[in-house]
Amino acid sequence: MKNVLQSSRSRYWWRRLKSSFMLILVGASVLVALTPLGLILYQLAAEGLRYLDWNFFTQLPHSPQFCLPGQPCTLVPAGMANAIVGSLTLVGLALLFSLPLGLLAGIYLAEFGSNRFGQAVRFTADLLNAAPSIVAGVFIYTLIVTGPLHLGFSAYAGGAALGILMVATITRSTEEMLRTVPHSLREAALALGVSRWKLTLRVVLRTALGGIVTGVMLAVARAAGETAPLLLTSLNNNFWPHSLSDPTPSLPYFIFYYATSPFKQWQQQAWAAALVLVGMILILNIIAKLLSRKRFARR
Amino acid sequence: MITGSMTDIRPQDQETLVGAEALATPAIAVHKLSAWFGAQRILYDIELLVPPRRVTAIIGPSGCGKTTFLRCLDRMHEVVPGARATGQVLLHKQDIYAPGVDPVLIRRRIGMVFQKPNPFPTMSIYDNVVAGLKLNGVRRRSLLDEVVERSLCQAALWPEVKDKLHKSSGVSLSGGEQQRLCIARALALEPEVLLMDEPCSALDPTATAKIEDLIHKLKRDYTVVIVTHNMQQAARVSSLTAFFYLGKLVECGPTTQIFERPLMQQTEDYITGKFG
Repeated sequence: MKNVLQSSRSRYWWRRLKSSFMLILVGASVLVALTPLGLILYQLAAEGLRYLDWNFFTQLPHSPQFCLPGQPCTLVPAGMANAIVGSLTLVGLALLFSLPLGLLAGIYLAEFGSNRFGQAVRFTADLLNAAPSIVAGVFIYTLIVTGPLHLGFSAYAGGAALGILMVATITRSTEEMLRTVPHSLREAALALGVSRWKLTLRVVLRTALGGIVTGVMLAVARAAGETAPLLLTSLNNNFWPHSLSDPTPSLPYFIFYYATSPFKQWQQQAWAAALVLVGMILILNIIAKLLSRKRFARR
Repeated sequence: MITGSMTDIRPQDQETLVGAEALATPAIAVHKLSAWFGAQRILYDIELLVPPRRVTAIIGPSGCGKTTFLRCLDRMHEVVPGARATGQVLLHKQDIYAPGVDPVLIRRRIGMVFQKPNPFPTMSIYDNVVAGLKLNGVRRRSLLDEVVERSLCQAALWPEVKDKLHKSSGVSLSGGEQQRLCIARALALEPEVLLMDEPCSALDPTATAKIEDLIHKLKRDYTVVIVTHNMQQAARVSSLTAFFYLGKLVECGPTTQIFERPLMQQTEDYITGKFG
């Protein structure tokens, strides 16, 4: 007596065929999706390493060739030390206000945000996430660069523009991560007579920390690579800025500027700058992961 | 045949059934307790006296409100959005539902053990035990050390974990050990009452036997209220049993009496397995 599942041999092979087909399909999709990514990384590493030297980290940018009348032109050692520091400054300033704001907003949405106001905040954050980054640049330009604050092109303006882009990402990822913390842990803490805010800070936030750090690092990585908002806010600088109110150099700006220039040396430096930018984000990621490492691995 | 409701059993009847001396100074006295989830009513005017230093078992079929009743005793019911409760619950004569009473302070006096073991995964075994103290600002090392050893001994877990208190996470233990860790965590606050919500339903028979042993020992010092869907367990561990059905307390009395000659037909039907 055959049961329903053993109906016939041809059906069985048909199912096996469908299963293999789907397996090949998903496997091929992974390959197709990852191949361009791998090629980009390969090209970046190959070109970048070729043109990267110690001068890149220690010298200021320089015109491609240095020519004195009557003498052959010479290459001058050139680098982007100021842009490396500048990028770190801009992202640091952005983090300074977007991290506490995003974390607190995320906590609000996850713990208390099941009302209409919470829904409105969530919707706004999603819109902001999807908005083109130049919009943040234009907004800060009219508010801080010119407009009421009139600080001019400065690190403040650049940091504010990047920060606006980061707030929405940090808010939403924090909320999502807090929601993954099992309800039973909240109940355990509540039953011990722990107040709501301590429960949130010391149990829920602590449990979700790994995921929250990942979300913050995604926001940092995105902001560190943004060029468009910086065109209107921090502008650029070939020298060391004297203060945070000076126009501030950044790696993405130099990549944009050098890569589109006609000079070979500049184009090569753009490759090096792109590699350094990716490397910096990688190192920041590793540091953040180490800092937020779980004391105990989950079983 | 379905007869009787809670109105047939008054606290004074209960006294004659359990023994007046145990109920003269009840650890918990419940009066006209009702509970809702949104518009749905879960409990109907429950009247119950919980004697001190005894084990009181709450039995009844799924959905009869026994867990909700337990959660009302330390104001955990209202944690769920839309849930509310009315009535009186006197914890050593203080009404925990009186206006102005802070539920957080009440929960510090009542320990709770949940159905599924829920140790904090980010904390060591040591920190799990003293979580209630540490999160409420107690930092003195000598005191914490003392509480950890005492609580783990009381929960019969000390020999198994004493060498890895700081090395291992609470979730690295087996299910039964995790549940005893959760009991130790509740005992660390020296609660006046220990509430247990089906504490063995996620455990194997060996681990269950250990927890039941533990409950026997605990009743010397603690008042225990245990919800269980396992009638043999209720018969084994409790001195008092309350039978809930459809949100009402049908019958409450000494465990031997409930299991051998219940007053209500409904109780008998449930005990003998005719429904539930």
